[in-house]
Amino acid sequence: MVTAIAIARMSDLFAVVMLSGIYSLLSASLFLDLDAVDVAFTEASVGAGISTLLFLATLKLVPRYEKKSRYKPTLALGVVIATGALLIYGTLDMPHFGEADAPVHQHVAPRYLNDSMNEVGIPNVVTSVLASYRGYDTLGETLVVFTAGIGVLSLLMVSRRTKEKALQKVPADMQNQIILRVVAKMMLPLILIFALYVQFHGDYGPGGGFQAGVIFAAGIILYTMLFGLSLTQKVIKTEVVERLTAFGVLLYAGVGIACMLLGGNFLDYNVLRHDPVHGQHLGILLVELGVGITVAAVMVTLFFKFTWRTVKHKYNQ
Amino acid sequence: MTAHFPILQVIIPLLAAPLCLFIRIPRIVGIFAILVSATAFFISCSLLQEVVTGGTLSYQLGGWAAPWGIEYRIDKLNGYLLLLVSGISTIVLVAAQTSISKELPENRHTFFYTAYLLCLTGLLGILATADAFNLFVFLEISALSSYTLIAIGTDRRALTASYQYLVMGTIGATFIIIGVGLMYMMTGTLNMYDLAERLPAVYESKTVLSAFGFFIVGVCLKLALFPLHLWLPNAYAYAPSITTAFLAATSTKVAVYVLIRYIFSIFGIEFVDMSLPLGDIFLFLGLTGIFVASVAAIYQLNIKRLFAYSSVAQIGYIILGLAIETELGLTATLLHLFNHALMKAAIFLAIGAVVYRIGSAQLSHYAGLGKKMPWTMAAIVAGGLSLIGVPLTVGFVSKWYLVVALLDKGWWPVAVLVLISSLIAVIYVWRVVEWIYLTPPRIITDEIKEAPMSQLIPIWILVLANIYFGVDTRLTVGVSKLAAQSLFGVN
Repeated sequence: MVTAIAIARMSDLFAVVMLSGIYSLLSASLFLDLDAVDVAFTEASVGAGISTLLFLATLKLVPRYEKKSRYKPTLALGVVIATGALLIYGTLDMPHFGEADAPVHQHVAPRYLNDSMNEVGIPNVVTSVLASYRGYDTLGETLVVFTAGIGVLSLLMVSRRTKEKALQKVPADMQNQIILRVVAKMMLPLILIFALYVQFHGDYGPGGGFQAGVIFAAGIILYTMLFGLSLTQKVIKTEVVERLTAFGVLLYAGVGIACMLLGGNFLDYNVLRHDPVHGQHLGILLVELGVGITVAAVMVTLFFKFTWRTVKHKYNQ
Repeated sequence: MTAHFPILQVIIPLLAAPLCLFIRIPRIVGIFAILVSATAFFISCSLLQEVVTGGTLSYQLGGWAAPWGIEYRIDKLNGYLLLLVSGISTIVLVAAQTSISKELPENRHTFFYTAYLLCLTGLLGILATADAFNLFVFLEISALSSYTLIAIGTDRRALTASYQYLVMGTIGATFIIIGVGLMYMMTGTLNMYDLAERLPAVYESKTVLSAFGFFIVGVCLKLALFPLHLWLPNAYAYAPSITTAFLAATSTKVAVYVLIRYIFSIFGIEFVDMSLPLGDIFLFLGLTGIFVASVAAIYQLNIKRLFAYSSVAQIGYIILGLAIETELGLTATLLHLFNHALMKAAIFLAIGAVVYRIGSAQLSHYAGLGKKMPWTMAAIVAGGLSLIGVPLTVGFVSKWYLVVALLDKGWWPVAVLVLISSLIAVIYVWRVVEWIYLTPPRIITDEIKEAPMSQLIPIWILVLANIYFGVDTRLTVGVSKLAAQSLFGVN
């Protein structure tokens, strides 16, 4: 709460970005407190991690301080207060927190909790709801990430000239930060391995494609920040990453199509193998991989695009 | 194979969008997009036929039965709209091939088609689903891709317009998701038909009431109901012409569908009556919207903005039909959804053709174009006549049904107001006619030619559809009536 108000009042954008990172981290702890481990993990990696990085990349392009505006947003304040009042009004009749016979715990959830082990066969119920029972929603969400990527790709075009110039040699801004560079070099493999762990361990513990993709991307972004774009581009080509954003979605939807060809409904993993539970395992593994690939690729693309812009501003003057 | 049609409808454009990034050759991507959209159109034709003769179709995604899994359910209402959206999308894409090559730099074409297909996926997904949360996910896909489609042009003002739309749209989406969340909390389910069964037990609670409130405001933002329409005129005016034609014809229509679906299939008309005076609110906002936006349209200097304001006014008529709360009123709403989509697609495509030739949408640049581009201009005029509601056009049919529904309810003053409002439409359409035919051209250039065939054909298909469905109303009135009956039958 205090952080949120501070964010709204500050005009130093750099501090705002840092505070919003803290805000996400606090929300993550709150979610953890509510026993929503997976949600907390996502909030921590997406909210506190990658969005802070992307904000920072944007900040390199814009001035650090907000412009003073004379506009008094009275109407907006009124709308916000009305919304808040309605929200509070809505809570009056809500079932009490943690009540066992609340409708949420009575209707759909019991089957998820009791039968998912037999039907889907993985210990993390969240993953089985996310990737199997409501797998189509997750496909939709992956598509949302992809759509966002397409939006940025189409709006931040980079000319070939800038690219060539940049590839020749663009020194990273943090060239001289030896401590950071050494530490980052040691951290990088660990971050990437941790991402892979989160990716493939999602069936058993908190984790999965979204978080893993973001962590993986964060690793690459960290490297780019410290060692410069030209070095990163030697390993990871922009064109390849752009196509990977599409590949993840295709992999996910492709699994669905495969299920249809094998005689089931769209995304009915049961038909993938002779044993339905094995089919579910395989299906979930593949779709989570699709999610991870798209998420990581979109995040890296976003960062690259922002960095190209910075390069353009610096060298085209 | 036909058993999979409900999902294939959405999945084909969904798969095609990322595939575009692998093709990358603008011309081929364009043709590929037409093929994809046409396939979706044929599937929707067969679906509608099946639904009208056979009854509702249900498809379980992932093989999980609802409410545990997600269900797709095609009935007469969404079958009808699926046909409309995929049909319009296909026709617009045909015109897009030449129009885009002029309005966008070459390296953005692939992204344009990708975003277009994503938007189509989103819209079709919203229509087909029977799951409240799944609807939200596809709403986000269509919304994000339309922000891209608007901003992708070379006009810098489009960026601000798109950003405005993004902020308003996101508020709308957040309100909708709050509504869905509160409903889930009270019922423990997300499936629409399961919700409809379980909601009556908690009708009295304040939580459901506020869920409904959030939901209505959120959707009204999306469908640009006056006074929540502020994002629309700029977004339509500065977007590439093809985007305007596609979004004007489909996106707000789909939002209206969401509203109808929630009111009739989920909350139920009884709940709506006892919770909020929604009929009165819609009546008031609809009527004021019609008058304010129509008058605003008269004063516009940019022809795209002019017709954008006219869109806001037309949404007023659509909402008015809902306010009547009778079967006839709902029929009028559904008819006007379809008919208005035909008019606006024709008009905006024709404007797109002019922009293709003269590169401007300023009304003053249209002086004397009636002689230079006779076919294109005739299409704009035909669309305009349809907007006014001249007999033998679709506009007449929908206004007729609306007035009949109003008289049937006994609201004759409102019916009179609707007729008066048509006169305002005459004024703004006349302004366009005056510039096109009666003003001598200011710049004398012989280079201005008639639009290319690849644009004239889609435009005239739409114009002829405007006339055809104005005469032969079996499909539109028939299906609207059936859909309205089934929606009232549910309750």
